[in-house]
Amino acid sequence: MSEIPGDLRFMKSHEWARIEGDGKVTIGISDHAQGLLGDLVYVELPQVGDSVEAGNACAVVESVKAASDVYAPVSGTVTAVNTALADKPETINEDAYGEGWLFVVEASDPDQFNDLLGPDDYADLIEEDDL
Amino acid sequence: MTRKTILNDHHRALGARMVDFGGWDMPIHYGSQIEEHHQVRRDAGMFDVSHMNIVDVDGPGSRAFLRRLLANSIDKLKQPGRALYSCMLNPRGGVIDDLIVYFLGGDAYRLVANAATRDKDMAWIGDQITDFDVRVRQRPELSIIAVQGPNARERVLGLLGDAAVQASELGRFAAAELPGTPFGEVFIARTGYTGEDGFEVVASESGAVALWDALLRAGVKPVGLGARDTLRLEAGMNLYGQDMDEDTSPYEAALGWTVSLDEGRDFIGREVVEAHHRDGAPRRMIGLLMEDKGVLRRGQAVRTAGGDGEILSGTFSPTLGKAIAFARVPAGDLSGGVSVDIRGRDVPVRVVKFPFVRDGKPA
Repeated sequence: MSEIPGDLRFMKSHEWARIEGDGKVTIGISDHAQGLLGDLVYVELPQVGDSVEAGNACAVVESVKAASDVYAPVSGTVTAVNTALADKPETINEDAYGEGWLFVVEASDPDQFNDLLGPDDYADLIEEDDL
Repeated sequence: MTRKTILNDHHRALGARMVDFGGWDMPIHYGSQIEEHHQVRRDAGMFDVSHMNIVDVDGPGSRAFLRRLLANSIDKLKQPGRALYSCMLNPRGGVIDDLIVYFLGGDAYRLVANAATRDKDMAWIGDQITDFDVRVRQRPELSIIAVQGPNARERVLGLLGDAAVQASELGRFAAAELPGTPFGEVFIARTGYTGEDGFEVVASESGAVALWDALLRAGVKPVGLGARDTLRLEAGMNLYGQDMDEDTSPYEAALGWTVSLDEGRDFIGREVVEAHHRDGAPRRMIGLLMEDKGVLRRGQAVRTAGGDGEILSGTFSPTLGKAIAFARVPAGDLSGGVSVDIRGRDVPVRVVKFPFVRDGKPA
């Protein structure tokens, strides 16, 4: 199990969010989630300019095993998507918290970030998951 | 209670992700299912399939019993060591299980059937014995390691010592008992479930552990049930419980070729499947290939001019880099095109012959 970076916040459904210096929020799926899904083969991302709402499905990651919805951790407008994943979805398996990011939103309500799980709480959650 | 094969600790030590498969704690992959898939297509990989159900049948009535029990004809097995793939049907022509039967010689046969269907298979087989003078024994003390891939035979032969000569002479779909190997007495068959050449080796528990370790040292990588599924689907092979079941006749599961309507043989289910052969079955199984991105999955609706069907087995084919599937659809003309409902999207797919992959390449 790889180390969970301390600046990330999580949803119970295994998405992560990071506030960047410019106030934008980068979003991905956790290393634990990619492990559960196995080899990823296809990623369906929102379009730049789309609005997303916290808790709503806005992307899909598909592995050999299953298709899984990705929920937006915070509301806002999509400002960037990781187009490199179209050809190399396995990047998420290799580097879920780095190169495997999915999309960036300009948060409309930055306070929503504080409702997410911190790294320790998320670590506890996935430990229970493994039992 | 979850059952474990003798290699369970080995799988865990190799970092396997374990899952419940038909009541057995089995490895789904050891890191990457796709890499394991390519390993088998390009070199050699090994599978612990000790959960499968080995059943030995012998006695003076064994041939007559199997002529009645199986939809394929046991009479095709004339030489000891020959193998036959067959369905075992209910009186409605539905498939109770699919299995391989090996002729061991004399009046002795070995069946290898699915793990998840063990209890119902044994109950069914037991009920059919009636007046037949046969003995039916499960062999839970035996383990099975399948070694598959273009280099699989060579790797196994290199470990067999003096027994290698006999094993090297086995033709496809043939088997032999090898008494004096470094792994004790083994039963070795040139069969498999991947579309690649290779062996399936039946050994004692201690023999299987020693063989597994020796194969690892020889560079054969462990492969989990995840890649086993993508390999068998690429190879166009059915999975029981998914592609056919007790409400499906072989003719509705692209298994008509395994039914032998030989003169005068009264096998269970014959009446129904003979009608399907004569008049056509109401449904049929087809192969699908999707050019669009995405993955075909079990349960997705398949639209045809003759009505809707559904995907039985669907996956991402690592060899083709595209989604492939088996689907069951109403019999009829498909020239008007076929599409699949993927999460509310109607995606066109191509109807293709299977195997989807042959000799490691797109078929």
